[in-house]
Parts: sequence; C-alpha cells; structure tokens
Amino acid sequence: MKCDGIPSGCAISGMMSENGRRIDGTEIIRSIACMHDRSNGLGGGFAAYGIYPKRKDMYAFHMMFDNAGAKEATEEFFKDYFNVDKDEVIPTQKGYGISNPPILWRYFLEVPENKLEFLSERDYVTKTVMKINSEIEGSFVASSGKNMGAFKGVGYPEDIGRFYKLEEYSAYIWTAHGRFPTNTPGWWGGAHPFTLLDWSVVHNGEISSYGINKRYLEMFGYKLELRTDTEVIAYLFDLLVRRHKLPVDKAILALASPFWKDIDRMEPEQQKIATAIRQVYGSSLLNGPFSVIIGHSRGMIGLNDRIKLRPMTAARKDDMLYMASEESAIREIAQDLDSVWSPRAGTAVIGMVRAEVE
Amino acid sequence: MASQLPAEFNVDVDHEKCRKCKRCVMNCSFSAIEFKDKVIPNNRLCVACHRCATFCPENAITIRENPLDYKDGYNWSPEIRKNILKQAESGGIILIGMGNPKPYPIYWDHMLIDACQVTNPSIDPLREPMELRTYLGAKPESLWFDGENGNISLRTELAPQVKLDIPIVFAAMSYGAISLNAHKALAMAARRMGTLMNTGEGGLHEDLAGYTDRIIVQVASGRFGVTSKYLNNSALVEIKIGQGAKPGIGGHLPGEKVGEDISKTRMIPVGTDALSPAPHHDIYSIEDLSQLIYAIKETTDYKKPVSVKIAAVHNVAAIASGIVRAGADIVMIDGFRGGTGAAPMIIRDHVGIPIELALAAVDDRLRQEGIRNRASILVGGSIRQSADVVKAIALGADACVIGTASLIAMGCRVCQKCYTGNCAWGIATQKPELVRRLNPEIGADRLCNLLSAWGHEIQEVLGSLGINAIESLRGSRERLRGVGLNQETLDILGIKHAGIGQ
Repeated sequence: MKCDGIPSGCAISGMMSENGRRIDGTEIIRSIACMHDRSNGLGGGFAAYGIYPKRKDMYAFHMMFDNAGAKEATEEFFKDYFNVDKDEVIPTQKGYGISNPPILWRYFLEVPENKLEFLSERDYVTKTVMKINSEIEGSFVASSGKNMGAFKGVGYPEDIGRFYKLEEYSAYIWTAHGRFPTNTPGWWGGAHPFTLLDWSVVHNGEISSYGINKRYLEMFGYKLELRTDTEVIAYLFDLLVRRHKLPVDKAILALASPFWKDIDRMEPEQQKIATAIRQVYGSSLLNGPFSVIIGHSRGMIGLNDRIKLRPMTAARKDDMLYMASEESAIREIAQDLDSVWSPRAGTAVIGMVRAEVE
Repeated sequence: MASQLPAEFNVDVDHEKCRKCKRCVMNCSFSAIEFKDKVIPNNRLCVACHRCATFCPENAITIRENPLDYKDGYNWSPEIRKNILKQAESGGIILIGMGNPKPYPIYWDHMLIDACQVTNPSIDPLREPMELRTYLGAKPESLWFDGENGNISLRTELAPQVKLDIPIVFAAMSYGAISLNAHKALAMAARRMGTLMNTGEGGLHEDLAGYTDRIIVQVASGRFGVTSKYLNNSALVEIKIGQGAKPGIGGHLPGEKVGEDISKTRMIPVGTDALSPAPHHDIYSIEDLSQLIYAIKETTDYKKPVSVKIAAVHNVAAIASGIVRAGADIVMIDGFRGGTGAAPMIIRDHVGIPIELALAAVDDRLRQEGIRNRASILVGGSIRQSADVVKAIALGADACVIGTASLIAMGCRVCQKCYTGNCAWGIATQKPELVRRLNPEIGADRLCNLLSAWGHEIQEVLGSLGINAIESLRGSRERLRGVGLNQETLDILGIKHAGIGQ
C-alpha cells in the first residue's frame, strides 16, 4: 500500500465560519471543482470539522483497508488499545468515475484510562496511528481527530466529494485538495488531506527540505511511513504546537522563517524571538515551493513559502474566512466579498473560531 | 657517509633564458640553489616548493620529479624503499608535514548532489536571498514563551551562540607551527568574512588582541598560554583532545623555534622544547573531561561555548556522544586526512578513519539518542573545496573547518616540509627573513577571496536544490546520492545509491 514520494502541482481551498456555523459540503465541492484543471484525477480529498457533534469527545478514526483481513487485524488491534463505542461503514455512492475504493470504515474510540499512566492521551493516540500505518499491512488511518474527519481518494476532488456524499455533513471548517501528481501510484492513502489527531494539511507544492524535516521528526519518535513531503507539515505542527506548546504564530515563524536581513531590522524583543526560533528550530524550516492550509479544531491556518513560489488568495465575508489557490475558487461560492488579498510570502493567515464555539 | 637516497626532484635551469639575477638563490630557503658563475641547483635539497620557479622573471626554472626508475615492483614501491633507506641511515621515526596523501578512498568524490527540475523550482541566488548564516552552540530541545496574545516574550534562555556568516571556519594552527603573519592574515580574514580563526595550542599573541571576538582559543595538553584572560578573550574555547593527522599522540615544537615572542605567548622559557603530552594529564576518562569543560565554563562565566576537538577514530560516534553528555557545546571532528605541522609518518598515514564516515556516524548517533540539538558539529580533515562543504553539511555538519586549504590560499605548495621551519612562503616558519615574505594584508585578501568564492558556490548549489537557507541542507541526506559505493558504505553514510528516486 505504500508508495513512492509524489511531487505535485495541485489546488487547495478552505473555508471557515468564525461563529461556528455548520455548512454542508456542497460549497467546498463547488470551490475546488472550479480549479478542475489544477488536478489530474489522481487524487482529491476533504477535511471537515464539527461533523460528529454526538460523539465529539471520541476519536473518530476514518480507516482505509485493502482487504477484509486488514480490517479484521485492525479491529483486533482497536480492541486491545481502545474502547470502541461504535463502528460503521463510511457511506458512499456509486458513479462519478470512482473505481476500486478500499474498504472505508469509521470507528469512534475512547482511550481506556489505564493506558495513560506514562503518556498523555494524545501522545497515546499518535503512537497508535503510527503503529497501525507502519505495522498493519493494508491498513491506513485516513484521520484520527475528534469531531472531524478526512474524506479522500483517487479521482477528481469534486467526484470524491460526491462519492462520499459530503452534502450530508455539516462542518464549520472545510478544506479541500485536488491533486496533480507527476507520477502516479493510484493510492487512496496518498491523497490529501494528511492528518494526525485533529491536524489536517492540504498542500500545493513540494517540500525541498523534506530530508532534514523527516530526520528531525524522527528524533521525536514520529514515523514517516508515507514517504511524501506533506506528511511532515502535519507532524511538525503536532510537534511544535501540541507537544512543544509554541503559540501558533511562533510555530509559523519556525516553519516559514523571516529572512535574516529582516530579522536584523526587527525590534529587540521580536528579533530575539525570531533569532532563537531559527537557531532552535532550523531543522523544521519548510523550504521549497508551497502553499498549505492547515486545519485544526479551533481554526484554519494558511501559509506560503518564504518567497511565495505557489499561489494563495484569502478573503473575508461576514464571519467567513476563505483561502484558495485561486481567487476564482472563492468568488465561485461567495460574492460581494468584504476583502480579498494575496497573503505575503511567509506570512500566515490565521483564522480562529470564536472562543464560545463548541 | 654520503646518503644513498636519490634526489626527489630535478631542478632544470635553462641557462639560455637565465639572466643571472640570483632571485632564485635568494628565494630558496632550502639552500637548493647556489650561484657559481651561473645558477647551480642542488637537486637533493629541493622540496618542490616552487618558490624559485614562481619568482624567476624569465621562467627559466623547471622542477620535475626525479625520473630515476626503480626496478618494477608493486609490493616494494619506490616510496617504501626510500623510507627504508632513510631509516637505515637515521635510525629514527620518519617525520612529515601536511595531511595523509595516500590513495585511500575519498568518499566526498563518491557523493553527488541533487537539483530541482520542473516540480519544484530552483532559486536564483543572484536575485533572491540565499542564507548561509549559522550559529554554533548548544540548542535547547524546545523554546518556552511567557504571556499571551500579542504580548509574548521568550522565557527560555539560550546557551551562548557564536554567529558565522559562512559555515567555514579556519582550522586550529598554532603560533609556532605557523608564523605570526599567517595568524594575522587568518584573524583579519575571519573578521572580514564573519567567521572564526583558531589559535591552536600555542597561545594568543598580543598583536591579535583586537580580534578576540573572532578567535577560538585552544586548550591542549601542553596548556600553553592558557590563563583566565586568554579563555575570556575569545569567541569560544576549544579543548583539543586529538588531531586527525596524529590521533593519540602529542606534539613537539623544537626549542630552536621557541624565540622571544613564542616564549612569551606560550609562557615557556626561550629555547626550550614545547612538549604537548599525548593525553591531557588531568583527563584520563570522560568524567575528567566534563570537569575541564565546566572549569572552563566557570572561568568564562558560561558566556563562551566550549568545543571539544577529537580525531576521527573507530569508535568516534560513542565518544562524541559522551562528549556531548559531558557538557560540550560543540564537537569538532578531525578526519584522518587532517593536516599537521609535524607528525610521525606511520601515524599520519595509517591511523584514524575518513571524516565522511565519522561525521555520518556521529550525526546518526546523536540523533538516535535525541541529543543532536545539544551540540554543534564541526568537521575538518580534509575539506578541499566548496563541494566538500556542501556534502559535509548535507551529511549533518553545522560547519566545516579548513586548514590546508587556507594555507594554500596564502601560498603554501603542500611540499610537506612544515616541520623543517624553512617554509619558503613565510607560513610554517619562525625565521624573520622568511616570515617577512608573507604580507598579512595580502594573505587576508586571498583568504577572503577564497571564502567569498566558496560562499557563492554554496549559494549556487542551494539555489539549484530549491532551498534558500543553509539549515534546510543541514542533515538533509536525501539530497545526496552515492556512486560506486557498496551497500555497507551507503548505510553508514545514510544515503541511497544514484538512480534511486525518493
């Protein structure tokens, strides 16, 4: 099931309601469909936040199995490692040119308390995700966060969206990805978004610093099994924000650092912070062309590489924040925008849902 | 009895061209040229330092290897036969200068660098920023911040860091082994290029007092010139345990080189031999090293990073790990090809391991133990060109040190006679009339030119790799491929063979 790394072109789109309003999947499908020509039918996917309100405190594992044996092995594994509250097929519909899907199943899991003597719940879940992906042949965790899920596969993104019946889900954050891999193993797990816990990443570009980002993450116990560069973005956010507890804007300074020439002109305290971040987190600097949208349960972050080698536009209307590879993909679903802008190279757009939103 | 050793070189003087200006006679510091009505070379004394040929205004001098053939024999090479003859005549250890010249594999030349095509754009270093800045020193595993929402300050206090504008540092070469003018040239160039020079173990001459923020001061087993002022007048302090050219043995600066100035700088009487013992006599184990590291940190009020320099030997990875855990902020690893002013040939040519393999093993080991952030890795011995620097950084080094390359930039011809004190180029000598030949200003210019050239070359490679900061190359072995290496070597280097994709 593993594949070689895939340098890719791609389209990305994201939308978020700061007020936490739940929106169904039709709009995000329209938005990503507008950029049809940026994909080539070899991968598409979506991340949705707020879709499982009834089981919002459980880890929702979206699974892909190559065969019944893999499913059985994984279920045995889940029995040992979790309390399984519920499991069910992920509903899909035929047509739309989607062929040979794996077995798609979802599990709502709780971590038994006795498992958490020596590590935090989230570290525990992270470990199990790494274990399944690396040790159970034919089994792949598509997403593992609470109250969220990833829906992805091989096909054009709009077809994947309809295949998964996304119009039946309501989310306050949607992100989407259409893929243009330059070589093509038709592998469902290799489509975006990449996820870990509630982090999801859709990514247009190629991480030229992958080699050192990977070795850096391995020092902290991450297993990079997918051999694709996008994976490192999700794990770096997990490491920096969740484990090292960096404020999000400081994590951004690590991943897309300002140039030294600009740091040298900063105010003393800012300069001290930016310098220390580059000194300590140099191995997490993402280099090479990219625009990414990172989703998490409290918001959405858009980020470009340091010299903006990939496109990204952002817009606001009322309580909505939009980001996409092309402005057209935003205007397709939202007219009369309050503001539209192209974020500067290396400058993140950080959208957060309001504190009172559950 | 006259020596049975044949001359190594033949000096041919074209007497048609020669206009008897005697410049060659004046320039030859090895007395290999005399003037008796015409220029008469004494071939036996020639070392091929090229001084005469370089300064002959008529291009009348040619130096060739002595073509005297030996009866063919792969096993008993001419070199081995000559060494036996030498020892049969002298009864002594064969002394030699510069680095190991033997044809062991050079792994740098079996690694190739990646480049961008189509899917990720390369970057033009003439149009975009291309950052080489590097900080040496221990880094914490993570940073902690105080405050929230727009009013955030850094809580973590970093250990001292030394900034390098280019990840290339001048290697340790002592005043004594090389001349004061050479030291001055290195210090001036280090200042101008935003990098560092290293005093070596011979103390710091007072003329260099103005450059102390650009100087690594060394503490070696002889402890020459080591005072609290010496330690504090520095960018960082280095404890020298070993040297790539002579792992496990000490040093010996003969008394005739210890003149007034060196005596003052090293704090030993004029004319006495300066002996560096093989081990530090207060370091017989790793915990002793830790004590010295912390003694130096106490003396410098924890304001200077402390480096520990070791020779690359078989167990280098475990040793380096111990050094990091003992509290060193920097580990400097010197490969078996590293240079020297004087070493026994048997040690120089047969002891130690290649720096490429040592570096890869150390970087791997520190990562496996999760302590790579706790020390910077410096490597040398031998870094010959900017491509070697790029490959070393991709294997995991923070920066490289160059000794021989910097001497060549100043005029050295690698004749390997440093230990004689007769260096015709004013570098490895203390004779005032020879030292004068090296103008520190010109030497510094040439060193700066070399570093600028290498810096531009490194930027070109970064651009072609599609990255614009050196930290994205550091340890990124994915961007290297091996050619003509066996699987075990590839595994040690942590790289794939050329032809394998991602």
